[in-house]
Amino acid sequence: MRCDCYIPSGCAVSGIMSKAGERMDGNDIIRSIALMHDRSNGLGGGFAAYGIYPRHANEYAFHMMFDNMEVKDQCEEYFKDTFDIVLDEEIPTRPGAVFEQDTSGRSAECGTQPITSPPILWRYFMDVPEHRTKFVSEREYVVEKVMDINSKFTGTFVASSGKNMGAFKGVGYPEDIGMFYKLDEYKGYIWTAHGRFPTNTPGWWGGAHPFCLLDWSIVHNGEISSYGINKRYLEPFGYKLELRTDTEVVAYLFDLLIRRHKMPMDLAVKALASPFWKDIDRMPKREQKIATAIRQVYGGALLNGPFSIILGYSRGMVGFNDRIKLRPMTCATKGDDMLYMSSEESAIREITDPDTVWSPKAGTAVIGELNGEVE
Amino acid sequence: MMSQIPPEFIVKIDYDTCRRCRRCVMNCSFGCMQFKDRVVPDHKKCVACHRCVTFCPESAISITKNELTYKDSANWLPETRQNILKQAETGGILLTGMGNPRPYQILWDHMLIDACQVTNPSIDPLREPMELRTFLGRKPNRLEFTRDGNDEIELSTELQPQVKLDVPIVFAAMSYGAISLNAHRALAMAAKNSGTLMNTGEGGIHKDLNSYTDNIVVQVASGRFGVTSEYLNSSAMVEIKIGQGAKPGIGGHLPGEKVGEDISKTRMIPVGTDALSPAPHHDIYSIEDLSQLIYAIKEATDYTKPVSVKISAVHNVAAIASGIVRAGADAVTIDGFRGGTGASPMVIRDNVGIPIELALAAVDQRLRDEGIRNNASILCAGSIRNSGDVAKAIALGADAVVIGTAALVAMGCRVCQKCYTGNCAWGIATQKPELVRRLDPQVGAERLSNLVTAWGYELQEILGSLGVNSIESLRGSRERLRGIDLDEQTLKLLGIKPAGIGQ
Repeated sequence: MRCDCYIPSGCAVSGIMSKAGERMDGNDIIRSIALMHDRSNGLGGGFAAYGIYPRHANEYAFHMMFDNMEVKDQCEEYFKDTFDIVLDEEIPTRPGAVFEQDTSGRSAECGTQPITSPPILWRYFMDVPEHRTKFVSEREYVVEKVMDINSKFTGTFVASSGKNMGAFKGVGYPEDIGMFYKLDEYKGYIWTAHGRFPTNTPGWWGGAHPFCLLDWSIVHNGEISSYGINKRYLEPFGYKLELRTDTEVVAYLFDLLIRRHKMPMDLAVKALASPFWKDIDRMPKREQKIATAIRQVYGGALLNGPFSIILGYSRGMVGFNDRIKLRPMTCATKGDDMLYMSSEESAIREITDPDTVWSPKAGTAVIGELNGEVE
Repeated sequence: MMSQIPPEFIVKIDYDTCRRCRRCVMNCSFGCMQFKDRVVPDHKKCVACHRCVTFCPESAISITKNELTYKDSANWLPETRQNILKQAETGGILLTGMGNPRPYQILWDHMLIDACQVTNPSIDPLREPMELRTFLGRKPNRLEFTRDGNDEIELSTELQPQVKLDVPIVFAAMSYGAISLNAHRALAMAAKNSGTLMNTGEGGIHKDLNSYTDNIVVQVASGRFGVTSEYLNSSAMVEIKIGQGAKPGIGGHLPGEKVGEDISKTRMIPVGTDALSPAPHHDIYSIEDLSQLIYAIKEATDYTKPVSVKISAVHNVAAIASGIVRAGADAVTIDGFRGGTGASPMVIRDNVGIPIELALAAVDQRLRDEGIRNNASILCAGSIRNSGDVAKAIALGADAVVIGTAALVAMGCRVCQKCYTGNCAWGIATQKPELVRRLDPQVGAERLSNLVTAWGYELQEILGSLGVNSIESLRGSRERLRGIDLDEQTLKLLGIKPAGIGQ
């Protein structure tokens, strides 16, 4: 399953969020990403969805990929030792090509190219045993286990590990992947999607986006030219960067800055896509002091190179670009509720008639947060 | 006893073009040129400093190596035999100046830098901002924020003092005594012009440099020359010198004849006495003693300045550096075995220490492994020859590099390795007033600033080709380096992959 070479890639990204927490099915996000078909090349596509498991909202939902039954058994033994498994089941799919009658008449556009040779796709809803969190927090414990599995278990990959959310990804065009995973049957309040254009060898299922840890999910168009130092910066904090994809550093950096260092979201983005010194020098004193300190202390976390990124998490969705906007990103709103982000404006107009549309400035984050509790 | 040592160089004078102006005679500070109706060189005294060649209006002088043919031996090289002759004649330690000249493998020249193509665009430094700004000093591992009454975010972490550099290139420690006051003046002026630092070395600071406080690192070495509370406080940073790359484990010796009125005042020793720096600090016999000195200095400067510790690159440098950081140092300067010196026993300079490339890689990795890399800046010294070396050093993990020899060459030094004689024809490594006068501080400063500016532009070009627009995205990013003609073990120590391997 695992591919040992590094795969730079170009891509399409799209995201939809209901700030009111209203859940919608996956048809819109599939249509949006399908419109940007030409930005991917069939070697990777994926989705992250939040709010899809309301009946298991308090358990960690592990979406797993296994090469064969043997490694699945090994991993299950490990889960039995480390977690309380509440439920485990195969992730429902429509294997092979999709026929019109399966997809409420949508197959003319999506799901026509068969998804072949998927790994074993299984999901586990699990609790962390209480006695395991004497010395570490529950979330820290889950991160440790995810690092453990991804680095030590061959042929085994954790696609996502958050509560009430999941990643659905694989090798293929994103719209076909969406149909394959039956996303039209799920309902979520945040959806993000990714179409991949890796530039050399075929991608592998685990290497597709979104990349997830706990409830963080990242879809990312671009290449992190500062990957080398970002990786070395993260390692002493206990992150194991095994996937050879620069996207994982983004997920881990958010986990480090926000969960562990408790930085506010807007400041975390300032660390990852810092303002230039020429602008910092002109800031008001208080802001200047904060921006300077962030650059001094978090220089190793600065993401450099072309990118547009959509981060999803339980409470919201954040889109931002690199410091000189070398990759596209357009945002739009509809009413008070809906927030859209996409590589191309057309992919938003495909699914809605937005009230406002704008291209966020380089390095400036667009942050959408839930207004209240999820329904 | 008549000397059996043959001359090292042959000075040829073209008498057809020579117009007997005697400029060469006036300029030669080694007494090589004499005038007897015409210019007559004493070949044995020539050191190839090029002063006469540079100033001859007719270009009538040329200097060549004395190509004396010896019976071939790959083992007994001419230089080896001459050194034995010298010691047979004098019974003394062979002294020398500048850095290790031996043909050890230069690892910088076996590292290649990456560039962007298609999938990640390169950036044009002429059109986009390209940031080199660097801060030296201890950083916390994380920042904490609070919200004030108006729900505004405030920074609640108090940062330790940081020194701002506009370019990650600082001038190396060279003492007033080892080099002239004019050289010190030029370095200070250039540091100010270029937004960087000069380092006083261990000889104290002349009162003329008081206005350059923000661009000066003051050094505290084993001799403690000129160290007063005022001295410590007239600086941007204080450096404790434990060792020097050219002479690890060896002290220093400034001969009494160089200690004139000004140096005597600056160093706080009587005129004409030898200034001896002991090999160890006599109050530092362990890491806990070093910690005491670090905190004594911090107390004396009211915790307003970073304190750095300079060590030479020796076998166990990574563990030593880690101890130094844990002892409270805010920066560590590592000086490699090719680092320069005003005077060192040749046997030490040529045989002791390890290459800076390996030492730097080991220290950076060790501090990261221990989770304390943020706690101190790393300065890399010991033969940084061009901006390519700078970029490679930063990619290996240095915060900034330190240039000594390159700075001297910019001021006119020809690397003749005779600094210890006090006869420097270029007015740099000398205290003789008539020679010191030759170095115009203003001109020297301009040449130094030009060098730093030029390397800064070149660094920006390198960053742009790497597709990043800030120096911190190169710092420690070993992924952007590849090794060529290096064995597996060396690649592993440097933490880089061989050329030909992708990411």
